Amino acid sequence: MERILAQAPDFFTPGNVGLLLEAAGLTLAMTVVGCGIGFALAFVLVYLRQTPGLWALPLRLICIAYVEVFRRIPFLVVIYLVLFFIQTVSTDASLFTIAVIAICLYAVAYTADIIRGGIESVPQTQVEAARAMNLGRLQTMIHVVLPQAWPVIVPPAIAFAVSFIKDTALVSQIGVFELTFRGKELNNQGFSGILVFGTIAMCYFILSFPLSLLGQYLENRLATPRGQRRARKLRRA
Amino acid sequence: MPHLAVSGVHANYGALEVLHGISFDVDRGGIVSLVGPSGSGKSTVLRTLVGLTRATRGTVEIDGDVIDYRSARAIRAARDRMAIVFQQYNLFQNMTVLRNCTLAPVKIKRRPRSEVEAEARDLLALVGLADKADAYPDELSGGQQQRVAIARALALRPDILLLDEVTSALDPELVGEVLDTIRRLSDEGMTMLLVSHEMGFVREVSNAVVFMDAGRVVETGSPAQIFDAPRSDRARDFFGKVLRH
Amino acid sequence: MDYTWQFNVVWRNFDVLLQGAWLTFQLGVFAFAGGTLVGLIGAAIKTYGPLPARLLVDVYVVFITNTPALIQIYFLYFGLPEVGVRWSSEACVLIGLTLNAGAYLTLILRAGFLSVRTTEMEAGETLGMSRLQQIRYIVVPHIAKSIYPALANFFIVVLVMGTSVGALIGVDELTGTAINLSTVNYRWLEYFTVTAGLYVVLTLVASVGLALLGRWAFRVKARIV
Repeated sequence: MERILAQAPDFFTPGNVGLLLEAAGLTLAMTVVGCGIGFALAFVLVYLRQTPGLWALPLRLICIAYVEVFRRIPFLVVIYLVLFFIQTVSTDASLFTIAVIAICLYAVAYTADIIRGGIESVPQTQVEAARAMNLGRLQTMIHVVLPQAWPVIVPPAIAFAVSFIKDTALVSQIGVFELTFRGKELNNQGFSGILVFGTIAMCYFILSFPLSLLGQYLENRLATPRGQRRARKLRRA
Repeated sequence: MPHLAVSGVHANYGALEVLHGISFDVDRGGIVSLVGPSGSGKSTVLRTLVGLTRATRGTVEIDGDVIDYRSARAIRAARDRMAIVFQQYNLFQNMTVLRNCTLAPVKIKRRPRSEVEAEARDLLALVGLADKADAYPDELSGGQQQRVAIARALALRPDILLLDEVTSALDPELVGEVLDTIRRLSDEGMTMLLVSHEMGFVREVSNAVVFMDAGRVVETGSPAQIFDAPRSDRARDFFGKVLRH
Repeated sequence: MDYTWQFNVVWRNFDVLLQGAWLTFQLGVFAFAGGTLVGLIGAAIKTYGPLPARLLVDVYVVFITNTPALIQIYFLYFGLPEVGVRWSSEACVLIGLTLNAGAYLTLILRAGFLSVRTTEMEAGETLGMSRLQQIRYIVVPHIAKSIYPALANFFIVVLVMGTSVGALIGVDELTGTAINLSTVNYRWLEYFTVTAGLYVVLTLVASVGLALLGRWAFRVKARIV
């Protein structure tokens, strides 16, 4: 305990604090960019997975297999696979890029199921009405299905991204200068492990906790407008 | 030449055949009603016409043009000429009444928005809902939603209007407003094919009645003949039960 | 891309990978079992405990679920020796994962506790059941049925995401073994491809097993894939 107190002034120097702030920014940036792109690609995956017709069967199977396989592989293994695969095709990809690609590949698999659930929550009759009016599959998706699926999709998608802030700790292993990497570095410099990893844990907590509250708030807010409308209707009836 | 000619149409739900060779004609400006017990395939006929259920055999002709339901382009052409109104209205919940009516004409037929909106407002006035253009579907009563659904179908400028049990989801006091709308359309010469349980109404507006049972047409005739002097035992039995109420 | 895949060396060391997979499975099972115990205690306190204890559980859950498992394990492995607590890397992973899973399982089990309606208990009472019988025949089957899918799902999460973290403090579970082996002869891509495949097989076996168990024990129709 004395050791921690003795080290604290040396540890919380402006230089170290700046380093940690920067690292926290990188952690957040990786998560946002990776999950954001992953989320967008997941829409494509879900859309392809719904391609009708016998000819598209292999396509559908690939989409299903992608989701199933990636949900069964540790993120750490995905990171290594992406790292070494990218390094065999290109030597000038930054570690940040590699980390973002790994996050993205993972996020696609997890958010695809969230998106599919949201889309399936829209009654099939809405789709039929649109198709009978000659709206194409994509137009039906954009104008009719997604606007109604949105409130079901957004809260769990945000919850996923927020929980993934923590999982990005694993990319410290390939040398991205994010929070966990800086923590190990400071620990190696001789600072107390309790002090360093306690501080790093607090940094993650400060990133994750408010955002998870925001996610819960959004869930409530997105869920209400329909309920209010229904309540108005019930009052009239 | 009939406006719509259906002959020998078979259709499947998955592996199960639900229509076993349906044939009937609808003349231009005429109203034909499909009646019969539930599960007899009446609604499936309408769904098949707009390609929501796949026809496996038989032909459908509009103004003598045969529609090949194996081709996506032909289905689009069929949907261009026929509009369907569903039993449960199926209005798009995320759009205002006006946008429900303008979506397809603007996005699919690529007509100018201002023109489409003006026309949609006229149609909403026709169904008596001019003041509801900016309301959302779940703010309306069932009868109002069903009238919006009719306006939305009309905004597509169809040659033929298909109405699928449009009053069966409504409270009795709301049925009248929807039937009035249909009457007005028939006065204007719209060709209509309707599935209905409102036997009094069917008798009043129809030029011809098609009685169906178990995926087949049992008999076809004028309303008076079908209701008062059915030839088949099945129809006699059915109307005996229905008309007594 | 002109990369030549060479799997020979991987197959030669396949038995070592299998040993790693076995350790992964053991870690997953023990961490999940320990986590379930912690979660049961946490959920029971959250539902029936006094206010201070409930707050304590809340702090535990909120803190654990908002920080990475890796940092928690680093804390045990690099931090605790400073206060004289020296655990092996295996013990750190197991204890860390147990505490981590315990927080998530508190949430899952609490949802199960809340899903039991008092009317069902009352129904049991009117049938002349004792309190213990009510728990045995009404509460437990009800909770099991309502949360079994979530539990089965979370077991896979612990088995995959959880245990692999051990690799980073030198535990020779599946991922750690793959890292060790590939550092020796640089066939990283081959080793990690096979490792990924082993994880898929391992979790599929676990999923099928859990689905069968659920069907047999609780009549739950859990989805296998």
